[in-house]
Amino acid sequence: MPPQLKTLLPLLVVFICLFLLARHFLIPESFGKYGHYRANSLDEIATLPTHYVGKAVCADCHDEEAAKLASDLHKGLTCEVCHGPGSLHIEDQEKGILVKPGSREFCGTCHSLNPARRTEVIHQIDIKTHNIERVNCIDCHNPHAVWEMKE
Amino acid sequence: MAGTLLATSVSNPFTAYIFAANEPDKSKPWYGIGIDIEKCIGCGNCAKACKAENDVPKEPFFFRSWVEQYTIKNDGSLKVQSPNGGIDGQTQDIHEDEIFKTFFVPKMCNHCEKSPCVQVCPVGATFESPEGVVLVDEKYCIGCRYCIQACPYGCRYLHPEKKTADKCTLCYHRLKKGLNPACFEVCPTGARIYGDLHDKDGVMHKFLKEHNCHVLKPNLNTGSKLFYNGLNAEVR
Amino acid sequence: MDHLYEMLKQVDGYIYPNEIELHWSILIVLYPYITGLVAGAFILASLERVFKVEVLKPTYHLALLTALAFLMVAILPLVSHLGHPFRAYEIMTTPQPKSAMAIFGFIYLWYLMVVLLLEIWFDYRRDLVLWSQEKKGFLSRLYKILTLGVSDVSHKTVAWDEKLGYFITVVGIPSAFLLHGYVGFIFGSIKANPWWSTVLMPVIFLFSAMVSGIALVMFLYMAVSWFRKVKIDMPCLDEVGKYLFYVLVLDFTLESLDQVHRIYEAGESFEILHLLVTGKLTYTLFLFQGLLGTIVPIITLGIFRIKKPNEKIRKPLYLMSSLLVLMGIFFMRWNVVIGGQLFSKSFLGFTSFKIGLIGMEGYLMALVWIILPFFILSFFLWLLPPWKKHAEENV
Repeated sequence: MPPQLKTLLPLLVVFICLFLLARHFLIPESFGKYGHYRANSLDEIATLPTHYVGKAVCADCHDEEAAKLASDLHKGLTCEVCHGPGSLHIEDQEKGILVKPGSREFCGTCHSLNPARRTEVIHQIDIKTHNIERVNCIDCHNPHAVWEMKE
Repeated sequence: MAGTLLATSVSNPFTAYIFAANEPDKSKPWYGIGIDIEKCIGCGNCAKACKAENDVPKEPFFFRSWVEQYTIKNDGSLKVQSPNGGIDGQTQDIHEDEIFKTFFVPKMCNHCEKSPCVQVCPVGATFESPEGVVLVDEKYCIGCRYCIQACPYGCRYLHPEKKTADKCTLCYHRLKKGLNPACFEVCPTGARIYGDLHDKDGVMHKFLKEHNCHVLKPNLNTGSKLFYNGLNAEVR
Repeated sequence: MDHLYEMLKQVDGYIYPNEIELHWSILIVLYPYITGLVAGAFILASLERVFKVEVLKPTYHLALLTALAFLMVAILPLVSHLGHPFRAYEIMTTPQPKSAMAIFGFIYLWYLMVVLLLEIWFDYRRDLVLWSQEKKGFLSRLYKILTLGVSDVSHKTVAWDEKLGYFITVVGIPSAFLLHGYVGFIFGSIKANPWWSTVLMPVIFLFSAMVSGIALVMFLYMAVSWFRKVKIDMPCLDEVGKYLFYVLVLDFTLESLDQVHRIYEAGESFEILHLLVTGKLTYTLFLFQGLLGTIVPIITLGIFRIKKPNEKIRKPLYLMSSLLVLMGIFFMRWNVVIGGQLFSKSFLGFTSFKIGLIGMEGYLMALVWIILPFFILSFFLWLLPPWKKHAEENV
């Protein structure tokens, strides 16, 4: 064997060994369990914090409002779609204050006139002209009982 | 040959190999999504809730889910818009007399079973979970952005702080706790549904059977598991 | 993120909300450009070694050292563009086998160590031994280290250098194709992007790489000869010009075929691509890549094939042609990478491209990556001067 190969081949073997060693230490342990990915990331993603708690949790404390809503046109809505995510509120009622929206702009995100909305799906109103002497929708309408008009 | 509907498993082992797809775990649900365009009112609550639930950056350049408004005018021209992803609701600027047809299309990750984004990740940082949810391992992602280039639906973005690829996770952290993903939770009209595609008595089978469903860009063979009812030909 | 708000105002039509920012910027234009130069320079060198085109001998070592200098820099824009550059090793430890990009770590390492370093080592080993004996002090020790301890310069051993070097060059040719071809495949296999998705993409990348590499060696040969104040071997330069011409014609044909085919089939993406080419890419495609970067050099070098004007005219025209080609191929990469991200995947609109002066992805950084290989090459030419190689001993 020529002297070049007598030097180069051992060098190659050393290099491959070093590479395999590095690989052993650098590949995360859960890698490859379910596929070509780090299986532990499934648990890491699964344990991310949730912010929306769901209607049932709100109803635990706010049973009156929940009962009223249950027989109203808005019964298909969760509480949090208007009031925002409830996780902070659950933890700390002082700091986690939820919004109680009711402006024309807010209610208009669903109810304003838009030709792309089907009238059989959503009741629409022209928020610019409807009862303009009142400022907010909730001045007249109770969001949990929409046809129970306030005077 | 497996059809695009039902999408209960990748059609054959060779295809699965090419797409780096794993065989679905029969003991777990295999999630699919249904969106009924006829029920969407474009309120944007889904897009808003998604950002709130998943701590997505609030700037209008990063969306895991968004709502598009399509307007086809009488002269045949098409206008599409999604201001801030539709989060603040949408208005129609074109006069009603000029409009031929207009509708909303919610968009989100299609959680493809032959996902091009999973196929191209060089290190294995993005993958399909045993439940059929395409996820990103943010501790492993090197931020090369190949997946962002490969997604035909524009669902991915680079997180500006984490510098890793980010996308809709079907609120995997909520699914695991038995909760609905945020966007499904807050939809006021029930335009969005999701469920186990393996469940013959489940909502997805019902949805697929009762409606004529379509996926986006079927010619790209992504195995998209997001089925639309009422998808118009113009929708991209 | 202020620049993103600016770009939002400049959106034309409709883009998916996430598409506002171009993710692969100037650094990803540079990477294929630099590896293309490497592959092309190496192919030119192998023409001399394997295909025995003797007249190219004056450029042989220069081409090899150029390839090495540029390859050492090639990885830098790539790693610096990553969101997490320190995780880049993952591409070596857990390459995802279905990803074209995953092959990068291994092909780069293979090409760098086995092909380039070994070929140069086999070629220079005898000189390294002799130089280590002729020089003194630190330089002598450096040369000694570079010999890797193989200090036998007998005829038999030197003949082995020749044999092994030849073998490496032969292996190096498909390796060079793979080194740059996989980059073309990275783009060509993205079905989501119709500007990139074509079967011809790896082939076009390869041929434009060869064009740029040959042009680079042509330019460097003239520049180095000028620096050293030595006469240029005109038959050599003419031969390089000849290969440049033929490969340019092939490259132009392939690119034209791609466009003609796309125009004729006029698939779903045709309209938006037509708007792209006639709008945002007008100057970079038609003027810089097409007219100046391809047509003018083809005509110039083509005329030489028919009738060669005298040396006084040929030399500056070779210089001009090589520089125009180098510019043209840079813009070819630009049009592919940047062009492919300017239009929305909805095929309904465009975003805009913003690049700053400073920052990791700014013009200045790009300039650094382009200039750095020339400094490295100068160092190599000083350490391993091709013109100071010891003449072969006759038996």
